Amino acid sequence: MEYNWNWGIFLESSPDGTGSYLYTLFLGARWTLAASLTAWTAALLMGIIVGTITTFPRRLWSALGNAYIEFFRNIPLLVQMFLWFFVVPEILPESIGAWMKRMPNSSFWTAVIALSFFTSTRVAVQFRAGILSQARGQMMAAQALGMNLTQTYGHVLLPMAFRIVLPPLTSEFMNTLKNSSVAMTVGLMELTAQTRAMQEFSFQVFEAFTVSTLIYLIINLLIVLGMRQIERGLAVPGFSIERDPEARMREGG
Amino acid sequence: MKIRHFACVLGISLGFCAAAQAQQGTLDRIRAGGGITLGHRDASIPLSYLDDRQKPIGYAMDLCLKIVDAVKEELKMPDLRVNYQPITPATRIPLLANGTIDLECGSTTNTADRQKQITFTITHFVTANRFVSKKAGGLKTFDDLKGKTIVSTSGTTNVKQANELNTARKLGINILNAKDHAEAFLMVDTGRAVAFVMDDILLAGFVANHADPRLFTISSEALSVEPYGIMLRKGDPAFKKVVDEAMTKLFKSGGLTAIYEKWFMKPIPPRGIVMNIPMSDAMKRVMDNPTDSPDPGVYK
Repeated sequence: MEYNWNWGIFLESSPDGTGSYLYTLFLGARWTLAASLTAWTAALLMGIIVGTITTFPRRLWSALGNAYIEFFRNIPLLVQMFLWFFVVPEILPESIGAWMKRMPNSSFWTAVIALSFFTSTRVAVQFRAGILSQARGQMMAAQALGMNLTQTYGHVLLPMAFRIVLPPLTSEFMNTLKNSSVAMTVGLMELTAQTRAMQEFSFQVFEAFTVSTLIYLIINLLIVLGMRQIERGLAVPGFSIERDPEARMREGG
Repeated sequence: MKIRHFACVLGISLGFCAAAQAQQGTLDRIRAGGGITLGHRDASIPLSYLDDRQKPIGYAMDLCLKIVDAVKEELKMPDLRVNYQPITPATRIPLLANGTIDLECGSTTNTADRQKQITFTITHFVTANRFVSKKAGGLKTFDDLKGKTIVSTSGTTNVKQANELNTARKLGINILNAKDHAEAFLMVDTGRAVAFVMDDILLAGFVANHADPRLFTISSEALSVEPYGIMLRKGDPAFKKVVDEAMTKLFKSGGLTAIYEKWFMKPIPPRGIVMNIPMSDAMKRVMDNPTDSPDPGVYK
């Protein structure tokens, strides 16, 4: 392959006048972090609420929760971004649509909204699984103690569900970070967008993508380490999903 | 070097890295493989795009086919096979570097920075950086955009110049970055941005293809000139010589004028629209004195 490697390119100044190429990637990484952390926080809250609702022993509630999940889960993220950015402002009353279009950082907020809804459905499904995976006796025991539905969920089911789903939530958190690259399509200059811009300006394709790959990798490794710490900190003595199968056998679980 | 080694490992995992591979000239490779591969775009109207039967056509494609004729003659291979490979701005460099394509026939601006990686043959089109806006807005010059929101395509020389101008003239313009040209144009169409800064030839293509072309107008003021060139691999003087000579011959013989008329002055497939863009003075000068220079000053 006839390719002219030039790793010094990162210290050269980028033609858009903001600084070196490395700095533009840093600015991109900052938008990536801002968008994915905001979206993740919102998705976690919405996902927990929706996931809990779908397990309620009331038909209407679980139907509503499932409708929400199926709606936002079955439309590709790329299409959702596009809908929020180009279609929603057109179908709203004109004054609200115009306000949305002129809002500062509208790309960022569009990306956060789309990413939150999309991710919340995945969190919701996992959270539901976390609640339903607990033995039915848990709920019965709680109700036998005289707890009402709110207390049953608040004191018994949710705290355990949260611990059970922590490992898959870690993956979901990392997916959110990676999915934030789709925000490029609505004009957010996040890491992938800046990488592509660098590639277009300098034509040093492989250098640009190597470094952005490393940045994604490092951020995701930090997420994994951070989430492990949380898992350890929250572990309930005598209850761990990481326990060995033999112990599980002995306990008859 | 350690870091180079790492890059190579990463490269192999992505399917491209043959550092040890002997540097072979394009002509030798074409002779050995019996085919030449042209990289084409899918929507750079009218330079390089797909018609209604998904066949790559356009002004740059016609020029590339003339180059292919010269290669056939040079290698004395009249039955040389021509392959087509669709490319995007993101894939054009890797595919050219790893030998998938031999010529990139599209709308790539020749710049000095880009020449560090690849090389260009004679400039085949000279465009200028302008903006398109809704006629109703009455915007003609860049000063008219003061304090407004505009859009350009990320990674282009156009967005770079818009940024520079914004700083130099203290216009306070809010510049959005769109992923591709079509989306940037859509932002103007839906009112997210008042103007789209881009090469005028591409803007003309979008306007001509819109349901109601009369809604739009292209600015009178231009920011710069952008010479388009056909890309080829760097460090292959034998191939570049054949390509340059083919282009020069075409320019000098007047053959270019006919090809130019065909794509810019007459109805073009698939919908029979007419671009109606007479050859610019800059392009006429290139025709008289063919050049592969990336310096915008040469074209003024």
